[in-house]
Amino acid sequence: MQIGTLVELLGGKIIVGEQYSDKKIDFAFSSDLMSDVLAFVSEHAQDCVLLTGLTNNQVIRTAEMLDLSAIVFVRGKCPPMEVVELAEENDMVLISTPHTLYATSGILYGQGLEGVPL
Amino acid sequence: MSKALEMDRASAVMAYDYDVMKEDFAHAGSASSDIKKKCREIGLDKEIIRRIAVMTYEAEINIVIHSEGGVITVMLMSDRIEIWAVDKGPGIEDVELAMTAGYSTAKTSAREMGFGAGMGLPNMKKCCDEFVIESAKGESTRIKMVIRL
Repeated sequence: MQIGTLVELLGGKIIVGEQYSDKKIDFAFSSDLMSDVLAFVSEHAQDCVLLTGLTNNQVIRTAEMLDLSAIVFVRGKCPPMEVVELAEENDMVLISTPHTLYATSGILYGQGLEGVPL
Repeated sequence: MSKALEMDRASAVMAYDYDVMKEDFAHAGSASSDIKKKCREIGLDKEIIRRIAVMTYEAEINIVIHSEGGVITVMLMSDRIEIWAVDKGPGIEDVELAMTAGYSTAKTSAREMGFGAGMGLPNMKKCCDEFVIESAKGESTRIKMVIRL
């Protein structure tokens, strides 16, 4: 699924990284626990989008360590400017959606976006 | 307590030290970020870089959350990479329990940052080829992690 399509499906907006909206992703992982992201996403990180309600810089650091390229912030959250800048430095796409984590996961799963294989 | 773990710094082709401050959540991850960039410059394999990044980041977060501060050392040897995380205490009372996935003593401040899920040490062990931890209550915690090249 292209990132642009994902944004449309979620009624979301791209906070930063518009230029990467053609990039294709194959998996998603929903979590507010960054250690779980580090533990379970590793192998498929480059093709995975992270769905989370956390908006601090550790989310970006976690994504950076794994080479995760896209993050969706749920419940209408938008991270603070220094967090957005850190994401920009690391060539990431940040997206905000008004949906809850549950609904966001459901919408994408229903459209064929799979969870990361464990 | 005598220290069984000794760092063989003389055998390192390159060695880098990173100071990590207690409860410095704002900068937590910056050491790991720099280490990752250096690994890229050296031209290490992508998957090895990712393993190193996860190990150093978890170690860095652990020092920030649990310790009085410490140092992460990365050494490039002829056949391996050694990563050391050495803190100033206060030490781990039950190391075996601390290694159990899901067990955590992290405070609310750490949980708010997305950590304290009790996966840090198990994650670090999973990512490396050799993992040694040495700690006791009131002592410093010393962790040695090896990735063979």
